[in-house]
Amino acid sequence: MIKYIFKRIIYAIPILIGVNLLTFTLFFVVNSPDEVARLHLGNKRVTQEQITSWNEERGYNNPLFYNSSESGLNSFKETIFYEKSFKLFLFDFGMSDSGRDIKYDIKERMWPSLAIALPSLLVGLFINITFALFFVFFRSTKVDYLGVIFCVALMSISSLFYIIGGQYLISKLLHLVPISGYEHGYESIKFLILPVVISVIYGIGSGTRWYRSLFLEEIEKDYVRTAKSKGLSESAVLFNHVFKNALIPILTGVVVILPLLFLGSLIVESFFGIPGLGSYTIDAIQSQDFAIVRAMVFLGTILYILGLVLTDISYTLVDPRVRLK
Amino acid sequence: MFTFLLTDIFFYMIVISIILYVNYVRKTPDIRETWSYVFRNKTGIISSVVLFFFISTALLDSIHFKEKLYDTEADKYVYTSEIKSLLDIILLPIHKNSEKSYSSPFSSHLYSKETVKFTNNKDKRIYPDLLYKGNHNKYSDDNAYNIFITGSISIIKILVLSFFIYIIIFRREIFKNNSFLDPLIRNKVFFTSLFSMSLITILLYDLGSQYYILGTDKVGEDVLYKSIKSIRTGILIGTLTTIVMLPFAIFLGIFAGYIGGIVDDFIQYIYTTLNSIPSVLLIASAILMLQVYMANNPLEFENIYERADLRLFFLCMILGLTSWTGLCRLLRGESMKLREVEYVQASQTFGLNKFSIIIRHIVPNIMHIVIITVVLDFSALVLAEAVLSYVNIGVDPTTYSWGNMINAARLEMSREPVVWWSLFSAFLFMFVLVLFANLFSDVVRDAFDPRANKNYE
Repeated sequence: MIKYIFKRIIYAIPILIGVNLLTFTLFFVVNSPDEVARLHLGNKRVTQEQITSWNEERGYNNPLFYNSSESGLNSFKETIFYEKSFKLFLFDFGMSDSGRDIKYDIKERMWPSLAIALPSLLVGLFINITFALFFVFFRSTKVDYLGVIFCVALMSISSLFYIIGGQYLISKLLHLVPISGYEHGYESIKFLILPVVISVIYGIGSGTRWYRSLFLEEIEKDYVRTAKSKGLSESAVLFNHVFKNALIPILTGVVVILPLLFLGSLIVESFFGIPGLGSYTIDAIQSQDFAIVRAMVFLGTILYILGLVLTDISYTLVDPRVRLK
Repeated sequence: MFTFLLTDIFFYMIVISIILYVNYVRKTPDIRETWSYVFRNKTGIISSVVLFFFISTALLDSIHFKEKLYDTEADKYVYTSEIKSLLDIILLPIHKNSEKSYSSPFSSHLYSKETVKFTNNKDKRIYPDLLYKGNHNKYSDDNAYNIFITGSISIIKILVLSFFIYIIIFRREIFKNNSFLDPLIRNKVFFTSLFSMSLITILLYDLGSQYYILGTDKVGEDVLYKSIKSIRTGILIGTLTTIVMLPFAIFLGIFAGYIGGIVDDFIQYIYTTLNSIPSVLLIASAILMLQVYMANNPLEFENIYERADLRLFFLCMILGLTSWTGLCRLLRGESMKLREVEYVQASQTFGLNKFSIIIRHIVPNIMHIVIITVVLDFSALVLAEAVLSYVNIGVDPTTYSWGNMINAARLEMSREPVVWWSLFSAFLFMFVLVLFANLFSDVVRDAFDPRANKNYE
């Protein structure tokens, strides 16, 4: 097992290098640092000196890959690639273009993100599975048919509608919770309820349908027929046999997104003013702070790969037939 | 003079390839059988009729031209720099004039009070009347009665039209003996949905030229017109992206699966790497870089239309480049399976070269996955456009799109009384398109997926 995990980490390295090269190409080769600086400084009537000093302040003044003015190892170290891309491997995210420590910001902001994402996931999971079991229990009837139509309708509504509509109805008309904002500690609950509820409602359509199809796939299998012919009741078969076995794909599907919960949701957080990583990213995108975007891309990739490893491990835990080599 | 924007050309290509595909389906019995499942299904028929109306609107909106104007000073004809589409010409009674500012649906006056000077020099705060629509009733001064009469006339129009179409076209012998069209013509659901969609279209048109059905926005532009214009953007994002993505997914997927070895390793590496980056971040990075490029090279674009169009095109490219990995993985798995199948093994033994095997045996047998993915992705992409435009990394702000409408209307919800119509219309149009696209994709998946549980549908 440990050997397997170690192997997976080794596999992750070329992927991270690839991601790193890709973001490097996107951010420094497609547009030179000078052009980015020009954009930040306001395009018109910008002198070369201003650009140079802007770049110097942020360390973009070095050559891209090879610094011929330095000697030895330093000719590789004193480059943008080493400073801005390679250092990400050491979890050194550096300073944002507006001069803040990115690592500190990320550490501060991942908890509010998690405070929304985790309850949304758990409550959503519970509700979706309940609905799915309900529809599967009444499969091939009007209830199931209407349920599926209902899910498709829910899926077809834009996420922005749920957020804007929810804020308007709950906060503005009914004054139940504040429209947006955040406080640390227990006070945060009143700010978190609405985003969580909206995230859950938004997920019902696709989630329920997905779990329903998982259950239906399971119900076709031979052991279900055997259980039924033994004389077990429909509900006993559904809850004791089908549900347990369908939990395997459900669980592994959840595990893969667990690490990504830290990243939060871009839209929900920015609408509700939650100071999480999602709104951090949005703010960075809107103020064109590329250092933050680069750091978030790298972080997202690491968390995704972590999710994959965790998925493999969880397979061995819940399904004895799977052995990792 | 016709002008072809970049996205126009690609959209024509899509329409042409759909027509070619339909022709191909007609000639191939087994695929025709699969598709006819879609058109025997009630949901399938209704949703394809609705989608047909949306796509036709987008197509009409993709035929662009510059108008010829007579310049009296230079004494010659010149072309305007403004680019118009055929749809603009058709909808001229709806969007010809614009008001001063907001007005609510079917209203006869503006949303906010203004100080108006009266003839006896007394200033009064009143709601000013709308200038062009809302109080120019054709048939009666009473609004409800006027709407009723207009509606009835629209219904009579559509009834007469459908009667003639039925008599002149569908009673002909060619249709009766055509095995492809005949079942469709006998289908009541098909006619009912076609009839209702035409009715809705005509109603919107007739009422829309007398009233602002969905109100006006901040600068007084008809919201109905904006929503209709946004159809093209939505459809383009949904279809162009898949066109960009398909070559990557199909070629790389088949090569990886069928050839295997080091090619497989390399392709797997590429898509795992791309897949590892959360897609929103990847899209955001690419669009940000495009913005920098466009800001620094403003001279490369002739006018705002081309600039906006190019941005739309690049958005589709970027969405396509980030979304081919899922399909590629599916196709790789399927081609690996197919490689071991008897008939492929047999053709290898007969000495057929790899290329011919791929064209003859692999490609036709993976097409069902491609079709399912394309129709499934469509609705997700339409929804994604709105979110991306909200974050300012979507289409150009000057492009008509539902995302831009929502983005512009964000602050209107906090006004008193609330300005809801812009948001409502954007969401309504998007909902209808996505809902029927979802329903359609469900039916298509049932028809094409061999594993689909047809017992439970």
